[in-house]
Amino acid sequence: MIQLQNISKTFRIAKRQAGLGRAVKALFSRDYETVHALRDVSFTIGPGEMVGYIGPNGAGKSTTIKIMCGILTPSSGTCLIHGRIPWQDRLRHVSEIGVVFGQRSQLWWDVPVCDSFELLREVYRVDAKEFRRNLDELVPLLDLSEVLKTPTRSLSLGQRMRCELAASLLHSPQILFLDEPTIGLDAVSKIAVRQFVRKLNQERGTTVILTTHDMQDIEALTRRIILLGKGRILFDGPLDDLKKRFPGAKTITLEYRGNAPSILPGVEILDSRDGRLVLKVQPTRGLVSDLIAHIASQVQILDLSVAGASAEEMVAALYKEYAI
Amino acid sequence: MKEYLALFRVRFITSLQYRAAALAGIATQFAWGFMELLAFSAFYKVNPGAFPMEFRQVVTYIWIQQAFLAMFMVWFYENEIFAAIQSGAIAYELVRPVDLYNRWFSSSVANRLAKAVLRSMPILIVAFLVPPPLRMSLPPSGGQFALFFLSTFLALGVVVSFNMLVYISTFYTLSPVGARIIAAMLADFLAGSIIPLPFFPAGFRYVAELLPFAAMQNMPLRIYSGHISGTAALYGIGFQIVWLITLVGLGKFLMKHALRRVVVQGG
Repeated sequence: MIQLQNISKTFRIAKRQAGLGRAVKALFSRDYETVHALRDVSFTIGPGEMVGYIGPNGAGKSTTIKIMCGILTPSSGTCLIHGRIPWQDRLRHVSEIGVVFGQRSQLWWDVPVCDSFELLREVYRVDAKEFRRNLDELVPLLDLSEVLKTPTRSLSLGQRMRCELAASLLHSPQILFLDEPTIGLDAVSKIAVRQFVRKLNQERGTTVILTTHDMQDIEALTRRIILLGKGRILFDGPLDDLKKRFPGAKTITLEYRGNAPSILPGVEILDSRDGRLVLKVQPTRGLVSDLIAHIASQVQILDLSVAGASAEEMVAALYKEYAI
Repeated sequence: MKEYLALFRVRFITSLQYRAAALAGIATQFAWGFMELLAFSAFYKVNPGAFPMEFRQVVTYIWIQQAFLAMFMVWFYENEIFAAIQSGAIAYELVRPVDLYNRWFSSSVANRLAKAVLRSMPILIVAFLVPPPLRMSLPPSGGQFALFFLSTFLALGVVVSFNMLVYISTFYTLSPVGARIIAAMLADFLAGSIIPLPFFPAGFRYVAELLPFAAMQNMPLRIYSGHISGTAALYGIGFQIVWLITLVGLGKFLMKHALRRVVVQGG
């Protein structure tokens, strides 16, 4: 159980103007700027939930994660995880959570991955049996058998991220924080990571809190999203609710043979070249089928796809609505 | 305790891999050692009675200092620790159920020991083979050697606990390169790394011998060479223990304070 109540965090940052003169002046008197990273953030996450924590860069996602991990102390507000205040009882708290920071590595750079795992076993005081069991489960799931003997520095990013995931789960944590776990990964690795996280959540009942910019991660993994902008929560609820709020336009992509066809009024052309046409249609009744029939009567359609508003577009629209 | 031993082990093994660096270090230490020996022998030729230590003792002092440089020199910082604080990689260190002070302390000790293991043997072998005036001598007695051994590890502890204070200061001032270097130079000078403390002028020496830096290489090197012996050596070891406890206590206190207001850098 994770409970955050009215969490705020402000940073004081020394401002420095460009230029030598200003730099010299800054030696004597500094201008400070107060940055409100989080304002009044409250939410509750139950055991076994999988939550997508999203927002633009600088919205305060990582700050929230770090507070929940016990690394940062908030300026005000309370946070209880498993009945503990993370930053006050850090050592005990962190032994029950797993963390992956997508942009950093927790593996020892120069030693083989299995040695890093062994070291983490010592650090978390995992007993040999549990460690073996976890490893036997994680290695095939994440397809690690080939890379266990490789030093971290020689791994590809995709391989490394799979190892990072395994590393964060060796001590069977009940909560897993994933801070941009798919950043920089290719499509195959992304899918592998997503499948694994879903399985973990379903089979072990691990609570997963995931920050990402990749809306496909969100669509593939989470029912509930918390959308953060400029340190405030803008939306907290099921992704589907958000979708309903934004019925949004349909995008029709088609490939055809022949001359460029005419279209119906109310349809917007997004792209048109070399027998490929991308159209945006407001979903009024029957328009989509009328449009397709209209085009099919003029040209031979080779390929056709209709897509609803992507989560990405919805988020962009939300950002606009709240003027972030 | 076990987890720190494991961290110690991995750091030790990693450091042992840097053979080229060790060779370069050995070469530097020979060059530096011989230079110092030549300078001191020139002084002693002019007037052997004018100095507070026998030439034989100075020679031994310098050889051991060069052999175990990695254990005694303050400027042997762990760059990984500075980098972790500055880049924000420390976030990962903080999500481990491990006391950060102990963790850094054990990996610093491991790194220094591994470097010393690689470098000391060739230097010691040569030091015992060179012709007499410059040859290193054995300790006066087995008991004295045991005291030297104990004192060496205490000195290592004092050096690392001083380093820890510098690491912790990085939480407050993000790019303390200048302060770092000055601290190391001053500390090494006051520890007797350029000239042994007995060579300092009387008043200055009196003060210097009370500072924590005197609990670093000064003690074991003078104990081995026989310049400090018997009860004086025991007193010296007590002095080292007091400073070790003080510096570790101070470091742990400051670390706690620093972590409470820590800002993890870089998003």
